[in-house]
Amino acid sequence: MSARAILGRLIGVIPTLLITWTFVFGAMRLVPGDPVLLMLQGTPISDAAMDAARAKLGTDRPIVVQYVSFLANAARGDFGDSFRSRQPVTSLIAAEFPFTLQLAVGGFIIGLLLGATLGVIAGVWPNGWVDAVCMTLALAGLSLPSFWIGMILIQVFATQLGWVPVLGTGFDALILPSISLGLFLAGGLARLTRNSIIEVMGQDYIRTARAKGLTMLRVVAKHAMRNAVIPPLTLLGIQFALLIGGAVVTETVFARPGIGRLLVLAVLEKDFPVVQGVVVLTTAAYVLINVAIDIAYGIIDPRVQS
Amino acid sequence: MSDTLPRRPWLISRLLGAPGAVAGTIVIAAILGLAVFAPYLAPYDWNATSQCRRLAPITGEHWFGCDLFGRDIFSRVIYGARFSLAMGLSTVAISLVFGALLGIVIAYGGGRIDRIGARVIDSMLCFPPIILAILIVAVLGVGLLNAALAVGISGIPRFARITRAATLSLAARDFVEAARAVGSSHGRIVLRHLLPNLAPILIVIATLDLGGAVLFTATLSFLGLGAQPPTPEWGAMLNAGREYVRYAPWTMIFPGLALFLTVMAVNLVGDRLSLILDPRQRDRT
Repeated sequence: MSARAILGRLIGVIPTLLITWTFVFGAMRLVPGDPVLLMLQGTPISDAAMDAARAKLGTDRPIVVQYVSFLANAARGDFGDSFRSRQPVTSLIAAEFPFTLQLAVGGFIIGLLLGATLGVIAGVWPNGWVDAVCMTLALAGLSLPSFWIGMILIQVFATQLGWVPVLGTGFDALILPSISLGLFLAGGLARLTRNSIIEVMGQDYIRTARAKGLTMLRVVAKHAMRNAVIPPLTLLGIQFALLIGGAVVTETVFARPGIGRLLVLAVLEKDFPVVQGVVVLTTAAYVLINVAIDIAYGIIDPRVQS
Repeated sequence: MSDTLPRRPWLISRLLGAPGAVAGTIVIAAILGLAVFAPYLAPYDWNATSQCRRLAPITGEHWFGCDLFGRDIFSRVIYGARFSLAMGLSTVAISLVFGALLGIVIAYGGGRIDRIGARVIDSMLCFPPIILAILIVAVLGVGLLNAALAVGISGIPRFARITRAATLSLAARDFVEAARAVGSSHGRIVLRHLLPNLAPILIVIATLDLGGAVLFTATLSFLGLGAQPPTPEWGAMLNAGREYVRYAPWTMIFPGLALFLTVMAVNLVGDRLSLILDPRQRDRT
């Protein structure tokens, strides 16, 4: 991929971010009630102090000015202060982010291992009972409420067996949340990997390898896997969206700190700057990750151009 | 004369040709039965407290045990069936109707309308769906109907994109050209020529989405953003049972199991239906 094409991709991000941020700005304007009263959350205040607060929030200025300053601040990563804790939203998010990242990585690893295994097994023996069992399991993964399976995991492995702590942020406390998050991902990945393996297994080079007398295991491990895993991995960007969404639920079930928990609490407490900050940043991260993956594939695989 | 795909009178029999789809259909029928006949099937009032000792375990009288307020969980799970499918269907209906409308309008509009529309849809797809739904709940306020609305709205971009792509390929076909040539109005072309041909795709996407929508709405209730206590919605019941699950695991096992079975059943039927209706899917397997 040429430097010019890469630059083009990066510039293409700007209108996308502009549209999503405009939507967030518009949505926040639709919240009923005076932002200053929401900020005060019931604390009585004099009219003068009210005007000062209004000036500080900028809600006394024309909407166009507010819109432009919102965009400018968002681009700089400034979302104002939390209504509740009075701390800058950006530092609140920065403090929670590492926990969500750990969870996302853990969930991704579990999802990839489980999903790829199921998918490869089903794809190598398609349309038989092996396939049926694997694909039913994959569908079960997609149908399991992650909050329910999370509670069951806690009940069995933490409360009853005592193998891992119920709470905490250490590595052993990361295992159950990762499984609970990974199961959903595994379901989707298994289905993708299966289709991809079936496609690859029909190729000439696989037939050649088989004809050479290689064992099935060797053919799959050496020839099929490498080519079959690429298409599901191109959907890594979409997986990120699932992981972030899943993190919201998983963090709540396991009472773990993180961006998702921060967002849910902010909605319940009507802490709008935090809601706005989390939504804008997760969307921006999603867009940028997808572009990065796009560019990486363009460099690795010269066939990918469009 | 409309140019639709060939009729398939054997749809039902083909749908029931796979054991998974049969099991799914039976479970869906059972859930529908529970929802409709809940007052006759539930042994106790879903909201009556002190029916039994608080957090009482499973007994012959209370099959699923009791919750913190001494309410019969079995009765509450039965009433919960009224929310799951209804919420799933109404959210998918919102996504489907508005998404399809948007997709057709921008694709049929063509030119600049299509370029801008496609850009906006792609940008809206950059919101992780649950984040978008939570944002909408934040604006509308917490509650079951608002959560359903949020899930429905957050699905619109996905439906719009698929409909747009399908409409673009249809609009280039001869029969649409012919209809335009004989002077059919835009409304007539959309209603008589485009919609009937889009229907199979839309049905497939909607069925595939239904399981996810049921799960998604229950998830928002679990997070405390949807159904509020004492509503016997399964997600909300799980949320309420969260604090004392270690003393009374039955408070969460049965509502969760009901939710899982419902979503699994819908997904099994949806998978089978998409295999029958979507030719591309058929080629792949």
